[in-house]
Amino acid sequence: MTAVQVIFYLFSLVAILSSVFVVASPNPVRGALSLVLTFFAMSGIWLLLQAEFLALILVLVYVGAVMTLFLFVVMMLRVNVMSLRAGLVRYLPFAILLSLLIIGMMVIVVGPKQFGLTHLPLPPALAKDYNNLADLGNMLYTNYAYPFEIAAVLLLTAIIAAISLTHRKPHKRKIQNITKQIAVKRADRVKLVCMPSAKKINLVNKPSGAEQ
Amino acid sequence: MVALSNFLILAAILFGVGIAGILINRKNIIVLLMSIELMLLAVNTNFIAFSYFLGNNTGQLFVFFILTVAAAEAAIGLAIMMVLFRKSGTIEVDKLDALKG
Repeated sequence: MTAVQVIFYLFSLVAILSSVFVVASPNPVRGALSLVLTFFAMSGIWLLLQAEFLALILVLVYVGAVMTLFLFVVMMLRVNVMSLRAGLVRYLPFAILLSLLIIGMMVIVVGPKQFGLTHLPLPPALAKDYNNLADLGNMLYTNYAYPFEIAAVLLLTAIIAAISLTHRKPHKRKIQNITKQIAVKRADRVKLVCMPSAKKINLVNKPSGAEQ
Repeated sequence: MVALSNFLILAAILFGVGIAGILINRKNIIVLLMSIELMLLAVNTNFIAFSYFLGNNTGQLFVFFILTVAAAEAAIGLAIMMVLFRKSGTIEVDKLDALKG
């Protein structure tokens, strides 16, 4: 067993165990944390496949941003852990059967008979000055420039959608509305009330009790 | 040395676990979203393994785009879930039957 095999089996064992825990864990916070562990293990596998840039992106973007978002949302929503546990058992045999069926079919299709080392031997070692990031960037900005820009627009759409979905208007805040202030007319603010002018008070005929 | 089939079988197992997660969890939408992330991870691993063994970097580029779409999907999905929780007070899958489906 070579060192590469040891690393592969170690990382894949960690990935499979933690992914099973993601699915089976009754507590969504623990599930999210073990999904982080799955991402770390799979980024190790991607490093074995010499996709350095994507392995780092997986750790930085997925663990650093997406899973943090998941954890934020999980902790913001008050979820009753005990009620979450109840539904786990009902569909368990059916789900295990179906997933085993799917895994079995896929293993038959992609097994060593079709994609073993005899059919697809290891690629030759890369040159010493090979730069994965430079290679990907070269392709991204030449042949795939339009998909790259579409991806950028998609991210912009996601930003706008997420903000406009969750944004709540502030209520009962005392704030100055300048357009309303400018558009105001004289009739809105000044009101002329027609009153009879005051009568002259006769000082001589005051009631006698007031002087005392 | 590790053959391509080993990577593909690992990805298949991860994909199957993701499908099982979607079937099992009828209580929590967050776990559903996490299972979808797991399945996307398996697909990405397939892309990268084929890209390495065929000596073609286009597969890695596709993974790049899939990661972009998955990040957008997670952001919008979580935002929809927040709105849902505000309106109905629950994120249990069984209780979200407003559409009477």
